[in-house]
Amino acid sequence: MSDLQLQHDVEQFLYRQAELLDGKQWQAWTELFTADGIYWMPPDASYQTWDGQPAIFAEDRNLMAVRMGRVLHPDAWSQRPLWGTNHVVSNVVIRKAAKNGDVEVTSRFHMMELRRDDVRHFAGQYTHHLVKAKKGYAIRLQRVDMINAQAAYDYVLQVWV
Amino acid sequence: MKAQNKQDFRKMVEPDRVRKEVYTDEEIFQEEMARIHEAVWIYCGHESQVKNAGDYVTVQIGRQPMIVVRGKDRRINVLYNRCPHRGNMICGDMKGNTGDQFRCSYHAWTFHHDGRLKNIPMMESGYTGTRLTKDSPELCMKRAARVESYRGFVFASLAKDGPTLKEFLGEAIVAFDDMCDRAPEGEVEIVPNCFRVIQHSNWKLFMENQIDALHPSVTHQSTGRAAHEVEKQLAKKAKSGEAPLSYHMLSAFATVTIDKWDNFQTINYPYGHCILTGYMGLRPQDPDTLAYDKVMIKAYGRKRFEEIVGVNIHHVLVYPGLSVQSPLQQLRAVRPLGVDRTLTEIWHFRLKGAPEPIYRRSLAYYNLVNSPATLINADDLENFWKCHTGLASDGGDWVSFARHHGRDIEKKGVVSSAPNMGTSEAPMRNQMKAWAKYMSGAAQGGSR
Repeated sequence: MSDLQLQHDVEQFLYRQAELLDGKQWQAWTELFTADGIYWMPPDASYQTWDGQPAIFAEDRNLMAVRMGRVLHPDAWSQRPLWGTNHVVSNVVIRKAAKNGDVEVTSRFHMMELRRDDVRHFAGQYTHHLVKAKKGYAIRLQRVDMINAQAAYDYVLQVWV
Repeated sequence: MKAQNKQDFRKMVEPDRVRKEVYTDEEIFQEEMARIHEAVWIYCGHESQVKNAGDYVTVQIGRQPMIVVRGKDRRINVLYNRCPHRGNMICGDMKGNTGDQFRCSYHAWTFHHDGRLKNIPMMESGYTGTRLTKDSPELCMKRAARVESYRGFVFASLAKDGPTLKEFLGEAIVAFDDMCDRAPEGEVEIVPNCFRVIQHSNWKLFMENQIDALHPSVTHQSTGRAAHEVEKQLAKKAKSGEAPLSYHMLSAFATVTIDKWDNFQTINYPYGHCILTGYMGLRPQDPDTLAYDKVMIKAYGRKRFEEIVGVNIHHVLVYPGLSVQSPLQQLRAVRPLGVDRTLTEIWHFRLKGAPEPIYRRSLAYYNLVNSPATLINADDLENFWKCHTGLASDGGDWVSFARHHGRDIEKKGVVSSAPNMGTSEAPMRNQMKAWAKYMSGAAQGGSR
């Protein structure tokens, strides 16, 4: 595969990931992950692993199922008011491309979140460890480094970024 | 606030209800910062955050920006974060190491770790014949009036007089004993990460919510249910027939029903502190727990070990701004930012000498319940904002704390909820009683 084709395929995958989040397609989004896939948001960029450390998010598929079940529950009080997100993903750089098709890729994102009348703005870096799947890719690790990871959170985050 | 009420804060607090202005009035907020937060003992941090000479962290006490710094003599100093020259804050960062002195970024005045002046550029040529000499006390960084530590937990009081830290904590001191005793080495160490979350409400709503045993099954139903579903599936698949404990930490918010919460008890003390008893199911018989028990028995002997792990505590509140979950080694420190904005700083501690899985177990709670992506606190924050907004309206004048009023058991000023009335609003009534005492100068207050 040419570098250009690889770049294109990986970019399309990252865009789809973001679109599923913005579209609130939680089930389809969690299915992007491998069975042992991890979604990780460290509280500091210096962290090397999610294992055994404080984490804003460190979720396997089971914990993702809890979060999804909770967000969809009619009594998730804080999730009832109007809210939505808008991701823009860019600066996609392939860091490693293995012979078997697995890829490590970093990108940058901007995310605007509406909650009632307020808009919050988040930005940061994605690091994806992608595994070649039958159709495209699957996520083994999605690491999200927020630029405000260490800052105080005005309210909290309720769905994945 | 009506002018005639302003002089008498006691009138705002009745045994079973409180005026709404107590939560929403800007002038009352300023008064309570001066009379409560800037007078009583406030938690500043843990000694393990400042291990080496020159290590410092900054912290807010009431409205005062403070520095906690370790001196070369190993002593911990708590100083106002203010240069005596032009008022510039000496430390702009939340933490760091200042070397062997503080140096102001504005005109290079330097200070020792205990706040004493070290040097002023042009001291001779600039200040000879002025009111200032090198020994003038007003050239030192001001120190907190009193600083004391208990088992590594550092507190400061900005009031010269008042009870000692131990007198102030009273029975609530068990928060720190329970946490440290659970460590085979008898002490804890900070996990170097602080989760910080801002809520859009008065600080008192946080303190009331922490020991409101009725709210979990209502507020956190959605998370408890969702976690319980996954927990059941995992238990079915597991060889042991049990899902990991972390799922129970979440599902308990729904599965511990109101009648079960009523079996718990709150014990309330005159300074406003509260102990919520209630076993958190942290003594299962899995291999990790058994390995920990072994280490503990070796360190303490069986008899003492049984006493330590048998301590029946869910939460301890140290009024006005600390919530400790000692069995899980975490605490939340409340920093009021304004009448309608409050910051909580959430820390986790490691039991020194305990096996790694025990740290990981409480870490799971820290991440799931206390992180800025918490599925629990999110709905509390929603309630806090809604409460504050409703209270600020003209839709009513009072907040009600009448649940089980008149049924509490009072002995020597200590108020306990009655048997099977753990959801009594006794803690809120007691906090407000203490509040009225502090505000009217009848509690320890103390002069600054």
